[in-house]
Amino acid sequence: MNLSVRKFDAVVVGAGGSGMRAALELARAKLKVAVLSKVFPTRSHTVAAQGGIAASLGNSSEDNWHWHMYDTVKGSDYLGDQDAIEYMCRRAVEVVVELEHMGMPFDRLDNGKIYQRPFGGHTQDYGSPKMAMRACAAADRTGHAMLHTLYQQNVKANTQFFVEWMALDLIRDPSGRVIGVVALEMETGEVHVLQSKAVLLATGGSGRIFYSSTNAFINTGDGLGMAIRAGIPLQDMEFFQFHPTGVYGAGVLITEGVRGEGGYLLNKNGERFMERYAPNAKDLASRDVVSRAMTLEIQEGRGCGPNGDHVLLKLDHLGADVIDKRLPGIREIAIKFANADPIKDPIPVVPTVHYQMGGVPANYMGQVVVPGANGPEEIVPGLYAVGECSCVSVHGANRLGTNSLLDLVVFGKAAGEQIVRDVRALPESHPDLPKDAADRPLARLAHLDSASSGERVVDVSTDLRRAMQLHCGVFRFPQMLKDGVTKMQEIAARAERVFIQDKSKVFNTARIEALELDNMVQSALATVVSAEARTESRGAQARDDFKDRDDANWLKHTLYFPDGRLEYKPVHMKPLTVDAFEPKVRTY
Amino acid sequence: MKISIYRYDPDKDARPSMQDYEVALEPSDVMLLDALVKLKAQDDSLSFRRSCREGVCGSDAMNINGKNGLACITKLAELPDRVVLRPLPGLPVIRDLIVDMTQFFKQYHSVSPFLINEEQAPDRERLQSPEERNELNGLYECILCACCSTACPSFWWNPDKFVGPAGLLQAYRFIADSRDQATSARLDNLEDPYRLFRCHTIMNCVDVCPKGLNPTAAIGKIRDMLVRRAV
Ligand SMILES: Cc1cc2nc3c(=O)[nH]c(=O)nc-3n(C[C@H](O)[C@H](O)[C@H](O)COP(=O)(O)OP(=O)(O)OC[C@H]3O[C@@H](n4cnc5c(N)ncnc54)[C@H](O)[C@@H]3O)c2cc1C
Ligand code: SF4
Ligand code: SF4
Ligand code: FES
Repeated sequence: MNLSVRKFDAVVVGAGGSGMRAALELARAKLKVAVLSKVFPTRSHTVAAQGGIAASLGNSSEDNWHWHMYDTVKGSDYLGDQDAIEYMCRRAVEVVVELEHMGMPFDRLDNGKIYQRPFGGHTQDYGSPKMAMRACAAADRTGHAMLHTLYQQNVKANTQFFVEWMALDLIRDPSGRVIGVVALEMETGEVHVLQSKAVLLATGGSGRIFYSSTNAFINTGDGLGMAIRAGIPLQDMEFFQFHPTGVYGAGVLITEGVRGEGGYLLNKNGERFMERYAPNAKDLASRDVVSRAMTLEIQEGRGCGPNGDHVLLKLDHLGADVIDKRLPGIREIAIKFANADPIKDPIPVVPTVHYQMGGVPANYMGQVVVPGANGPEEIVPGLYAVGECSCVSVHGANRLGTNSLLDLVVFGKAAGEQIVRDVRALPESHPDLPKDAADRPLARLAHLDSASSGERVVDVSTDLRRAMQLHCGVFRFPQMLKDGVTKMQEIAARAERVFIQDKSKVFNTARIEALELDNMVQSALATVVSAEARTESRGAQARDDFKDRDDANWLKHTLYFPDGRLEYKPVHMKPLTVDAFEPKVRTY
Repeated sequence: MKISIYRYDPDKDARPSMQDYEVALEPSDVMLLDALVKLKAQDDSLSFRRSCREGVCGSDAMNINGKNGLACITKLAELPDRVVLRPLPGLPVIRDLIVDMTQFFKQYHSVSPFLINEEQAPDRERLQSPEERNELNGLYECILCACCSTACPSFWWNPDKFVGPAGLLQAYRFIADSRDQATSARLDNLEDPYRLFRCHTIMNCVDVCPKGLNPTAAIGKIRDMLVRRAV
């Protein structure tokens, strides 16, 4: 088959916040860069982020990056790498100020500075009961404001976008260097090879592998599937964050910023139950803590509604002014999706899958690292990863709200800088493509083109999402996890045999969904296998049979390999310049 | 519920046609997008864009019973028993409900949709008062869904020359930003018989915007600035 081949210095797969921040760095350095996205850039899921982006600007309360670092380490339940966390918290002010300079429409204080609100787990003075106002916000549309600003700057910098191009697989040469990607142009159905000196994965999370999720349809873990198929392991995939406040029934997110502004949760007795679980931080405890508390309230019969299966988020006491000024998008969502106007009525909410802490293992320069002859973290030449698809790991076992948008811009920028250095050190010409560079994806497409019977894509993906929801929930049970692994292996086998009726070349969304299913399968398998093996409770992983954190045996990162094997590697306990934060019992 | 949908696959159809579907709704199907997803499970060739399913990404704009809107925030309960879905009017159809938005984005790009301020940036954020910031409300929230521009007769007739409501709204978003220094260049860019002045204040754009934005008002403000500048 004759495929079109194009050559670039760098290919960025993904045009969310992280991909576009990196692309900006590359375009400004005048590298020849291509940015691929399944959707028009401003439709990436970063657009849905609501509450804010963390930075210790100290505009509304005293603050500094040391406190931010402490909160992030503690929030991660000590699984976060402290060098990367220090790096992120130290660079936070710089990257947020840069966003402002780029034109991002942050809300403002009376003195003209950026408005900041409190968020769960962000404190003053190393975990004191006083909350830090650290979340820089553009109303409750912070992600929208940030993503559009980054797109606008890329327009200014003349970045070349390939819109509605879906990356299918990485290309590696015999030495293991990543030298390009194979991609499908959705409008024409044509397959292209993009040769590149650097490939950056910025494909976002795989939150769609759960039935009830705050994530967009497109969040199918494509970068994870591509990594696995290229022989690269996935790190810490057992840690999936449940956000406490997804709209009951719909899954749409209600930002934690609502609680930051003073909203709180109630059970059916009208009790503000978080006071019992987290006497200091109450409703602004870490997300894992609040989600577990809500689940217990529901399980113990104190849930609301005819089925007692949700709790209520009350915010009418904030007043119409605050709600319309600071939370206008939430009001819109609640009216549309919950039939409740929060100015008068509470919003029914349940813990809902939200964020993938794990991903493609990377260091804080965005370089992908895997175990090799010289240790657990050897650089994979030519491959980089940033954003939700990566595991740096700054979020460890539980991410703090507003730290993701921050991680996108800090590591997007850092990866961009690193790629510029690396590409400039490489020879002008590209290495030869292996003959079989596109064989795997072409064979998969040929199967989808020719198969006229088999499993339906919707059936397999629905079963996958239901199984993950059932077997890998807020609380995890040993037998359920074991059964979950078996079930997911069966689902993986069924996914091999899918067929589609639509055989058109033109914008074939059935084909796209079939290809996405392959990636969901990889993400789901990694998640359930890693969860089953980790016999402790830490952050987002709460095991019924091992209720405590077990630092003696489990203070280590999981690596899930393509053949299903697991390995472990140490957590970086040593920060770059400051003293380490030693693991302590975690209370809020 | 009966849904009649515009179908066209250039790979096999000589011309477009309308196809009638019957969909059995369940209580969990609240929005029109839920019904479409259900139909796609029956007929995987039915093609439409979607992503966020909460009205913030701008993917699933379509013409719903004659009016442009987003399927994901259009409540089924508020629709009549018979629904007719067509692609956004005025743009070339790629397939079914998927249109080619090149011209729409070209016009958006033509207004220099980015902050221009050539001064040396301070170490910290530029200051902006809450009042100055409020000027951006009703402007920056645009999700580039194209409901407005594809409801605008002036855009249908001159998509290559008239910027259209979405692009003009964004032009004004930067004019209105106290941090932007390119107002006069931005006005120059729009001073032309077509780029802005093709707007005849028909207000279709305001009527359809799913985010409740008001491009006509923004266009009026730019027009006033151009007029004031001329005298
Ligand atoms: C509802 C919601 C609210 C949130 N609110 C906050 C908040 O207030 N603060 C905060 O810090 N975090 C928040 N988060 C988390 C945060 O928004 C996400 O983690 C973050 O936006 C992910 O950004 P990203 O750049 O990694 O990927 P995304 O923005 O998801 O973008 C992924 C990109 O990759 C592309 N892509 C994917 N697969 C392929 C492929 N195969 N080929 C080509 N392109 C591909 C997509 O088209 C897209 O452009 C929120 C998350 C959700 C779901
Ligand atoms: S008011 Fe102007 S821009 Fe809006 S629809 Fe009418 S002609 Fe078009
Ligand atoms: S102004 Fe409204 S209708 Fe027009 S593109 Fe923006 S959000 Fe869509
Ligand atoms: S799917 Fe995003 S706006 Fe409707």
